Amino acid sequence: MKPTFWDEYFELLPREAMEKIQLNRLKKVLVRAYHSLPYYRKKLEDAGINVYDINSLEDLKYLPFTTKDDLRKAYPFGAIAEPMRNIVRLHSSSGTTGTATVVGYTKKDIDTWAELMARTLCGCGVTAEDVIQVAFGYGLFTGGLGVHYGAEKLGATVVPTSTGNTLRQIQIMRDFGVSVLCCTPSYALYLAEVAKENNIDWTKTRLRLGIFGAEPWSEEMRAEIERQLPIRAYDIYGLSEVIGPGVAFECEKHCGLHISEDHFLPEVIDPTTGKVLPPGETGELVFTTLTKEGTPVIRYRTGDLSALMYEPCACGRTLVRMKRVASRTDDMLIIRGVNVYPSQIESVLLSVDGVEPHYQIVVKRENYLDLLEVQVEVAPHFFSDEVKVLERLKKAIEERLKAELNIHCEVKLLEPKSLARTEGKAKRVLDLRKKEGMV
Amino acid sequence: MKQISVFLENRPGSLYAVLQKLKEWGVNLRALSLADTAEFGVLRFIVEHPEAIVAKLKEERFAATLTEVLAVGVEDRPGGLCDVVAILTQAGISIEYLYAFVSPRGDKAYVVLRVEDLETAKRLLEEKGVSILEELPL
Repeated sequence: MKPTFWDEYFELLPREAMEKIQLNRLKKVLVRAYHSLPYYRKKLEDAGINVYDINSLEDLKYLPFTTKDDLRKAYPFGAIAEPMRNIVRLHSSSGTTGTATVVGYTKKDIDTWAELMARTLCGCGVTAEDVIQVAFGYGLFTGGLGVHYGAEKLGATVVPTSTGNTLRQIQIMRDFGVSVLCCTPSYALYLAEVAKENNIDWTKTRLRLGIFGAEPWSEEMRAEIERQLPIRAYDIYGLSEVIGPGVAFECEKHCGLHISEDHFLPEVIDPTTGKVLPPGETGELVFTTLTKEGTPVIRYRTGDLSALMYEPCACGRTLVRMKRVASRTDDMLIIRGVNVYPSQIESVLLSVDGVEPHYQIVVKRENYLDLLEVQVEVAPHFFSDEVKVLERLKKAIEERLKAELNIHCEVKLLEPKSLARTEGKAKRVLDLRKKEGMV
Repeated sequence: MKQISVFLENRPGSLYAVLQKLKEWGVNLRALSLADTAEFGVLRFIVEHPEAIVAKLKEERFAATLTEVLAVGVEDRPGGLCDVVAILTQAGISIEYLYAFVSPRGDKAYVVLRVEDLETAKRLLEEKGVSILEELPL
């Protein structure tokens, strides 16, 4: 089958032409950042860089990086480059004040996002004939609404089920003739499991495609999803700090993800030295947004490890490809699509009386769903003879963690000194999903 | 009377670790109960010199604590415990937990009680002629 392109001009653009457009857009966004983003202006001034001296894509390497921490410090609106009157939507990552990041979109940004998400879905083989069920969370999280607008732009029929109520999701899938499922890969497997328990006959449905993202997943997991559901599974990539879903997508060749580099200029750097790595080498993925108005970011360090491949793809696209993201430079965990930093958990635990500063975070996947277990030691001075007091403590920690992380976690109380003490950096996180080859 | 309570994780060997220490120190258990929940357990026991033992347990980094409990002698006959509980119920005193054992001589049963209002409970029981023990007989 001949591949179809959403935007033939940009998707097949020769490299020199692409670079010309990128440089042109880069210069504009730098001037915008200098004048409208005080935090980035300071970085430029501290580094003694005049944005008007940037005259080639090569020069990008002289510019300071933007980190997640910069965006956190800018909470709530310090990373927004437009007057609020021009901002039509706000999204935010999980976390309370101090750990959350906020991104703002102008009307044009929302249009661009829909356009890129339509390009993404089209690249994965979705057409206007399809009925697409969006089972990403709708709300502050960019997944649901991001895919939603793109699918509408493409002309597909959108079923915005959001997350939860799995049995109803399956009923809708069958009754509405859903042909494309869009969710996290772990949720797809969970859904398949529930369907099996309820004797759902997939041959009686129109399901044919699965579009998955928001968490790292392996080729083994893709094979498992394709075995359990009557679909071809595609990986899409995005992050709210850059725009949300719609940054990169797999084509039918499944050999890396095409980056919409006319909007997001990618680099791969050595995470330790910050030096730019040559194509093909694995390092930390860095993006500069070329067209974003609301929250432009310059050289944003994603923490995701990947490599760039510039050879044209067998599908015909010239858009650079990135390797599937399998791991990160930092300790960020992605649990049911939600970003969780162990430091967030630690700060909650340290604020609770009765808990020792010794803890372990265990992430596992049961029934294809990510589970977060936080094991904490009961402080000897706090220990109560009464079971209800201990249960209250456990519940209190669970509630505070839920408020901070936006996901439920199971708290397990341990005896003092039961967690291994180590000299130096303690091994706080045990990700059992990795052992099972699921991420 | 003072009771020692120790927090136990739900895993093989956690009870053993405490008992092994008590054995090492030559501590004789007068009475004991093990409460369990889905998540963890609480071991409660009565020994001689509880203050010293609890300090040693804490040194060994167990989560251990002393709790004031009531130990009462109950007649070893049908309804013996019922009569004692009736006194507390009438006074509206709720019982957190209790455990019982029969004396080696077989004439009396002993009940260790944890109630929310210990002093009132003690006074009421004494008024009704229930014997309150300051230590458990061997």
